[in-house]
Amino acid sequence: MALLEVNDVHAYYGYIHALKGISLTVEKGEIVTLIGGNGAGKTTTLRTISGLLKPRHGSIIFEGEDIAQYRAHQLVAKGISMVPEGRGIFAKLTVLENLEMGAYLRKDKDGIAKDMKRVFELFPRLAERKNQVAGTMSGGEQQMLAIGRALMSRPRLLLMDEPSMGLAPVLVELIFDTIEEINKAGTTVLLVEQNAHMALQIAHRGYVLQTGEIVLSNTAKELQKDPTVQKAYLGIE
Amino acid sequence: MREKFFERFSWVSLVLNSFRIIVIILIVVGAFNTLQGGKYTTSQWVSLSVSGLAQGSIYALIALGYTLVYGILLMINFAHGEVFMAGAFTAVFVAEAFKESGFLDSSPLLAVTILILVAAVVSTVVAVILERVAYRPLRGAPRLVPLITAIGASFFLQYTFRGLYGSGFKSYPEVAAVQGTWHIAGNDIPIVQIVVFVAAILLMVALYWLVERTKVGKAMRAVSENKEVAALMGIDIDQIIVMTFAIGGALAGAAGVINGLYRPQGVSFTMGFFPGIKAFTAAVLGGIGNIPGAMLGGLFLGVFESIGPNLILEGLGIPAANQLKDAIAFTMLVLVLIFRPQGILGERLTEKKA
Repeated sequence: MALLEVNDVHAYYGYIHALKGISLTVEKGEIVTLIGGNGAGKTTTLRTISGLLKPRHGSIIFEGEDIAQYRAHQLVAKGISMVPEGRGIFAKLTVLENLEMGAYLRKDKDGIAKDMKRVFELFPRLAERKNQVAGTMSGGEQQMLAIGRALMSRPRLLLMDEPSMGLAPVLVELIFDTIEEINKAGTTVLLVEQNAHMALQIAHRGYVLQTGEIVLSNTAKELQKDPTVQKAYLGIE
Repeated sequence: MREKFFERFSWVSLVLNSFRIIVIILIVVGAFNTLQGGKYTTSQWVSLSVSGLAQGSIYALIALGYTLVYGILLMINFAHGEVFMAGAFTAVFVAEAFKESGFLDSSPLLAVTILILVAAVVSTVVAVILERVAYRPLRGAPRLVPLITAIGASFFLQYTFRGLYGSGFKSYPEVAAVQGTWHIAGNDIPIVQIVVFVAAILLMVALYWLVERTKVGKAMRAVSENKEVAALMGIDIDQIIVMTFAIGGALAGAAGVINGLYRPQGVSFTMGFFPGIKAFTAAVLGGIGNIPGAMLGGLFLGVFESIGPNLILEGLGIPAANQLKDAIAFTMLVLVLIFRPQGILGERLTEKKA
């Protein structure tokens, strides 16, 4: 059984039909990426899975349970965590407080301390700045914080929305290495990216979205070789 | 350079700047004349300031309720004065019973603490019901809608409590332990003012600790920054909003009893209006949505309306200046709205979007 199974999901923003029957699966242990242009529905797909947006039609099965009607804060307890678009850190809270918010639902103090240590090992920069107000950090550091914070709930499925957005190439590399590392440690990742080149390098499988529909799906290796993907998303003529 | 100057020049800023200068001149001239006249002694100024601090600390407690709710919902809960009234009005009956049984005089500290708890519980319940019934269904409606509802809820609460307790005026019984004065550094200061000030400060410290150090407080700050991301952390937004109303309500209820110590008279179903408006002024003054701002704004307003009339208006030759206390308070609100709309400690509203 797949960890996540999205079946024929339709979602709307007001009157705009943003998702027109999305179906996808994510197996345990995978990195799956959604690529596509602006307005293709990548972010909307993640928002629907994370419970921020309710689907009008269709089912979302996570670990065998239909979660389509749950709200976002309930899904965190079920094991889904999201790194939102534009990082969404709490700018006025300190780095430490941001991480504590990530562990909001947990009561096991020892476990939280252990995971906090792990996040600081993953991103030593955060350890240096743990008492700093998060809004004063650079974009890259904020992205590290957003990822670390999402890990603090010990998710079984990590949704990531454009983690490379607005970052310098060196940092993009670092962030993607970390995503691979997180995945190897056992967390399944569903990754939305504009940077299809990087995303397909680390992903096992990928889906291509266009105007609210999935137009192509295959293993990442095959997608990299696919002439239409190369032309439209990888900039290879 | 010349062109740049004319580009920036505008009639609005000219009018505002001249207005600003006029206000400053009036304040300076008024204060100078009064001090020159030497009508008041230092100890009179001290006693005016202390009573201003006592009154201001009560404003601050109520102002915190406005500011907490605004910080999270960007909404002014105009029924908050009635939340204050609910606690103060209910506790007055308990206070009377305590007085009759002699409990109030035999162990005043315990009795007043119980009164504060009673008022806090009543106000909390009222605030939470208000949120559930009047505001929650309107979440996501245009911002004018909950504002109008708040005014309606305010009248509803006033007349509900009139129905419950009648329309007569009641007053808090005298607490013997806080009568009299303390002699501090050459000034006689009424004990009640010190007690009021200390009690209010203790509550504010408790609130500050709650917001800064506890998990709920951190969640409140997270929700006020970004509701959607807070939900992604597993924070139940509705629960935090209820908590916010409850905490604001508890502070208002406590302020009701503390206010009863300071000004025992005039307990009735309409008693919430004026303190509510004043506290709202204080919250705006300090920067609405900003917690230290509400505390500072309350104290500042209390002191300013206490010494302002004598210091400024009298020096300008205005008779019976003491009766113009409220005029001073609201003039200050208008001035703040014109010259520093974000308040003393507030940040510019445009930053809120980030």
